[in-house]
Amino acid sequence: MTAATATSSVGRSLSIDWRRTLRVALLTGGVTIFLAAIGMVQAFNQRTLVEPIIKFGYLVVAAVPFTAGYLIARRLQVTGAETPRTVGDVVSAAIAGAIAGAMTGAFVAFVQAVPNIREIFPNLGPQLVETLTYSLGTGGGFVANLVLGMVLAVCGAAVHWLSRPIQRALVIGAEAVVIFALFETVIDDFFDWFKTLPNTIYANSGGLTILWAVILFTVAVGLSLYLPGRIPSVRKAVTSGDERDRRRKQIILIAVVSVALIIVPQLLGGVLNELLTNVGLFVLMGLGLNIVVGLAGLLDLGYVAFFAIGAYTTAVLTSPLSPFFNPELSWWLAFPVVLVMAIIAGIMVGTPVIRMRGDYLAIVTLGFGEIVRLTLLSDWLSPYFGGAQGIRNIPGIPVGEISVSGVTPELMVYAAIALVAVAVYVSWRVQDSRIGRAWAAMREDEDVAEAVGIDTVKAKLLAFVTGAVLASFAGALFAAKLGSVFTASFEILTSIIILVVVIVGGMGNIAGVAVGALVLIGVLGGPSSPGLLQEFGQFKLLIYGALLVFMMLKRPEGLIPSARRAQELHQEEFLQDAWLDKGDSLATSETEGKES
Amino acid sequence: MALLEIRGLNKAFGGVRALQDIDFTIEEGEIVSVIGPNGAGKTSFFNVISGLFPPDSGTITFEGHNLAGRTPSEITKAGIARTFQNVRLFPNLTVLENVKVGQHCRTQRGIFGAIFQTAAFKKEEREIEEKAKEILSFFGTRLVGYRFDQPAFVLSYANRRRLEIARAMATEPVLMLLDEPTAGMNPRETAELTELIGKLRSDKGFTVVMIEHDMRVVGEVSDRVMVLDHGVKIAEGSYEEVSSNEDVIEAYLGRPAEERKPAIEERNA
Repeated sequence: MTAATATSSVGRSLSIDWRRTLRVALLTGGVTIFLAAIGMVQAFNQRTLVEPIIKFGYLVVAAVPFTAGYLIARRLQVTGAETPRTVGDVVSAAIAGAIAGAMTGAFVAFVQAVPNIREIFPNLGPQLVETLTYSLGTGGGFVANLVLGMVLAVCGAAVHWLSRPIQRALVIGAEAVVIFALFETVIDDFFDWFKTLPNTIYANSGGLTILWAVILFTVAVGLSLYLPGRIPSVRKAVTSGDERDRRRKQIILIAVVSVALIIVPQLLGGVLNELLTNVGLFVLMGLGLNIVVGLAGLLDLGYVAFFAIGAYTTAVLTSPLSPFFNPELSWWLAFPVVLVMAIIAGIMVGTPVIRMRGDYLAIVTLGFGEIVRLTLLSDWLSPYFGGAQGIRNIPGIPVGEISVSGVTPELMVYAAIALVAVAVYVSWRVQDSRIGRAWAAMREDEDVAEAVGIDTVKAKLLAFVTGAVLASFAGALFAAKLGSVFTASFEILTSIIILVVVIVGGMGNIAGVAVGALVLIGVLGGPSSPGLLQEFGQFKLLIYGALLVFMMLKRPEGLIPSARRAQELHQEEFLQDAWLDKGDSLATSETEGKES
Repeated sequence: MALLEIRGLNKAFGGVRALQDIDFTIEEGEIVSVIGPNGAGKTSFFNVISGLFPPDSGTITFEGHNLAGRTPSEITKAGIARTFQNVRLFPNLTVLENVKVGQHCRTQRGIFGAIFQTAAFKKEEREIEEKAKEILSFFGTRLVGYRFDQPAFVLSYANRRRLEIARAMATEPVLMLLDEPTAGMNPRETAELTELIGKLRSDKGFTVVMIEHDMRVVGEVSDRVMVLDHGVKIAEGSYEEVSSNEDVIEAYLGRPAEERKPAIEERNA
């Protein structure tokens, strides 16, 4: 590092790390321009968060220099030592913000001067200029961008002057406002029986009213300052205490979750229940893939094939329009056949690829996934499975007199919940069994697993088949829900998204998969279904990618990691250190201490 | 009938003949050491017996069945367990889980037992747990109590070696192949392990073949010693016989310079 950084630890030094400042500045300006060029600012600006002052697009634009300022002023935190804060940091943040703002301003001026650029970047039109100059004209816009960038970056840097609890409280306050504003539709839908609440806090034209934004912010800040240490965390409660105590608490937690799952769909409207069903489908597939990838360590990139087989089997057996073979069974009778088909498919795909490992396995399964889709689409199988037309008129799940299908989302969601419950139970039980241990061993070291007496061929096949069965559940549900199946629903992208759900949520962890599906499919939207934030629709894959990169860098074990994976990913460094220097002697002396 | 009888075992890796016409027998209850300089083929010998590599030719008869060409898991199931020279545990599994995994081939409840939590499944799980704890108590207090739930990677080197032996014991073998069990241990730990190897036979009734470099350990516990050099068995017999064998001394120390001369001239001719 330069001498500038070294001296900056001394009190109020004004030294500035120019290289770092410039780097952050260019990055900040670049990100802002990128967001504008892909049309995100425009699209997000259609959404008002706080009427009439905060629009979503502007919030995203503002967040960039703010974050930059925060990052620039961040120093290594050492417990016990006071972190040095210098005026220099704030000045460099201001400089970086100003440069970034100037870049944005210059970019806007450029767009204005070269109208033809619109032919290449359709988003760079007069509307964007209007948005990013804040209707102040070219010169005014430039100055506004520069000043805004500077002010926001300084604010970001100034965060470090606040004490930790206050920082956290402010973040929670801001989060509360943004969440309440973003999830307006959910809250509106949820309080259908108490319209006064949404009518009060939201303005007529959408977005929170200023008054309620302030109230929410204050309440959240107040709670976050008051509560910590007063409410024991759920996680702590569940993992503390002796075995029996823990078990009791876990049972209570499970009971609470199941009651909530039974009641919540009653309170939600059709759209949200539909969304919840989609989430359920991905939880099902995520749990299945979690067994294959998370537990057994077999990277299967063609997992959607099993989903397709489940859906097509259901379609052929139940739909009167199935072109070749149409027994028109009820869904209940078709379901066991789906199960058997999944087992057969699992064995068929599993057997040839079982000897492959790692990357090779991934590539081959990727191929298999596409083979299934393309064969269904081919001229050869079109007479049997309808080709591109797919199979239509699939009846719903008959329950007594009524038929549960996509038309009745408030009932369909229960079918999804029931199947997810089965999948959760299976995953949970299998994890801690003889076969679960065999998978874990195989994931750690396949050769040694084989050498200690595990028939790895059998164990791998079993993992494939279990995963296939869970995916076929999702397929059967999907067919009944949609009423038709097309090959387009089983593209490779779905395989990838299921994998992303598992990775982002937390590989090897049931709750992690559920949270991953809720966040990705529920909030951002699945491959073909919109999520809660419909503005995200066209940027879905971009955000998926960004999220994946971020997670890999900052939290590779996922949002809710399994204990084993977290330990594997983080204690490896610790282990090496312990191994290299004194860890060995420490461990030995520790044992000796125990013995004496 | 000998417990393990190997006849004319050959294994080559490309041009390297790792094992050449090895004959070897071991009776039940024996402890036999395999020694030899680095690269002599000792570990290859173990790898071929335990099925990691199939032999090119030769027979491996264990309790009357030919094992040549079987998979490692089948061989483990038949009753041959092994440890590895560079300890290969399942590092992220706990100590207890490592031993439980070892019992895989002796237990049978499948996925349906786990899903439906059948009485037989629960009973078997309980037995696996008890057995694992019992096996770990073989090593005194080193791997018990709070150690049960620690991941294997936090263990000290010596404890890893012990855990690997415990995992091998869990497969309920008749014959145990220990690949350098005392490598990297300090003298006190080595002495302790030497005693344990003796106990593997006297208390547990295992037959043991071990690769070992520490001659004190070899001399102390082995009934017999086999010496390999460049894939060829150059000597076999009691420790005393082998340690005074000229070929063995030559393999370890080399030939005096005067004697080497004719050999070199011979080659050049």
